[in-house]
Amino acid sequence: MIELSNIKKAFNQGQPNEYWALHGIDLALEAGKVTAFRGPSGSGKTTLLTIVGCLSRPTSGRVRFKGEDISGLPERFLTDIRRQSFGFVFQQFNLIKGLSALENVILPAFPTGRPRHELVTAAEGIFDQLKLGHRSTAKVEWLSGGEQQRVAIARALINDPEVIIADEPTANLDTALSKEFMSILEGFTATGKTVLLTSHDPLVVDSTAVHRVVGMRDGRLTED
Amino acid sequence: MNPWLEKQRHLIDFTLASLGRRKTKNIGLLLAYTLLVFVLASLTLFTHALRSEASFVLAGSPEVILQRMVAGRHDLIPPNYIEKIGRIRGVQKKEGRLWGYYYDTVLNANYTFMARSADEVADGYIMVGNALARERGLAAHNTISFRSYSGKLFTFEVSAVLSPDSELLSADLVLLSENDFRRFFEYPAGHFTDIALSVANPQEVRNIAAKLSSALPDSRPILREEVLRTYQSVFDWREGIVLTVLAGAILAFAILAWEKASGLSAEEKREIGILKAIGWETGDVIRMKTWEGLLISLSAFLLGFIAAYVHVFHFDAAVFEPVLKGWSVLYPRFTLVPTVDGLQIATLFFFTVFPYTAAVLVPIWRAAITDPDAVMRA
Repeated sequence: MIELSNIKKAFNQGQPNEYWALHGIDLALEAGKVTAFRGPSGSGKTTLLTIVGCLSRPTSGRVRFKGEDISGLPERFLTDIRRQSFGFVFQQFNLIKGLSALENVILPAFPTGRPRHELVTAAEGIFDQLKLGHRSTAKVEWLSGGEQQRVAIARALINDPEVIIADEPTANLDTALSKEFMSILEGFTATGKTVLLTSHDPLVVDSTAVHRVVGMRDGRLTED
Repeated sequence: MNPWLEKQRHLIDFTLASLGRRKTKNIGLLLAYTLLVFVLASLTLFTHALRSEASFVLAGSPEVILQRMVAGRHDLIPPNYIEKIGRIRGVQKKEGRLWGYYYDTVLNANYTFMARSADEVADGYIMVGNALARERGLAAHNTISFRSYSGKLFTFEVSAVLSPDSELLSADLVLLSENDFRRFFEYPAGHFTDIALSVANPQEVRNIAAKLSSALPDSRPILREEVLRTYQSVFDWREGIVLTVLAGAILAFAILAWEKASGLSAEEKREIGILKAIGWETGDVIRMKTWEGLLISLSAFLLGFIAAYVHVFHFDAAVFEPVLKGWSVLYPRFTLVPTVDGLQIATLFFFTVFPYTAAVLVPIWRAAITDPDAVMRA
């Protein structure tokens, strides 16, 4: 589904503080599976996920998504692909304070121009799946860490993407909540979604919900 | 609904929610901005209304006034001067006028004394302007005494107080009979202050003025349109003075608004990053912020303009009245006829709404073009 060939990524290229985060990654990721990227801080996991998720472009190399080369597309097309095909769950959740859980969840669908009542119905359906219906009108800053993460997951699902990308999803959760997250992940694969996540939490990478673990260090792949 | 319209609706909904989330900042900004529009709109509305009022009042005055000049100074019209004008084609009526100034030590104010025909004001009676009547506590049938420049005391009975409708020009006016005027000022018999000529055809006014100048080389014709232009200039000048005085305050507000609009907080930058990461295009973010700028500036413009309208036409521009109406002891009190000039609104709109919206957009554009992956690294 996703093929990466010789992906390299440099930050501050041509400047004294030039830094190469990825040194030629070749990888094929299967659809409908959960793939975990494991590695220490600074190994390039997050950078790789931003490239896969169309949040940034590689300095060199190709990214193919469903057979189509997307690495050279202009920003507008990348945004379209990102909105339709990828849902993100960020480490810090990145919810917008002052808005209710429901308003946060329907935000990614605003540029699509879908009617509000349709978005609200879809969001309520996701809230019910995630057992969060009773908190939909609460402002996100009033929610617990676990609830905030479920709101972030609901937001990732609102445009019904094929791929869910989660960056260190359990970093801010206790064991019980981490287990709960993993069971939500299993629900995703049951519905045919592809999940890519980064983690160095054994509870995640050793979980039965994860089909494949990709090791990374210093911007290179280590062992699967 | 059309997806494009639905999208704009979503953007406006989000904008309103964003404005609500930063209430203190936005209310402060709205207030400062409204105040700026209020001050500028009050000024332009008031001076425009004053100009209209002056044109309206002057519409009834003679088309040409002829003054005699001696050594470059205004002098009295000597006897038989009117006859010397002779018949000029187009002049409907010509009459000698008597008027002068009188300084009243009671109010420390100057009055304008003007003679009227005996059928309007009988000997021993006067008609007074509304401001003068107000300040001296006069009403019809009251008597009042004035000490003339020669030291004699004259007592008059007030036959009527002039209509407040004409107060802009008649605030300090005293109308009296020709006989009383001549006695009071010891005005030489047969002499007049100036000559008023009525001309039916406005196209002819300049020709008639030229004929008068050649027939009476020691005279100076003053056209009504020139008087009107002088009034316009005076009000323009006063508007300029007020603007100059207020320039510092206006600039301070402008800087405040610019700073508030153009300075993006870390929180706002973070939000833009999140919106981009979850699928908003740079254009969507800019459109959303444009709505935000427009909502603030349009609300401020409407609120400020409506407040200025109420201030000028319902509260007689209480804030700017002393400067804009003129420096005088007897301030005219009159109700302005509401007149609004489209071009003025457009100018004010352009100079208030446009710069603010631009100020909002520049930093947003800079923030919106940053890569969305920054949010993953926060």
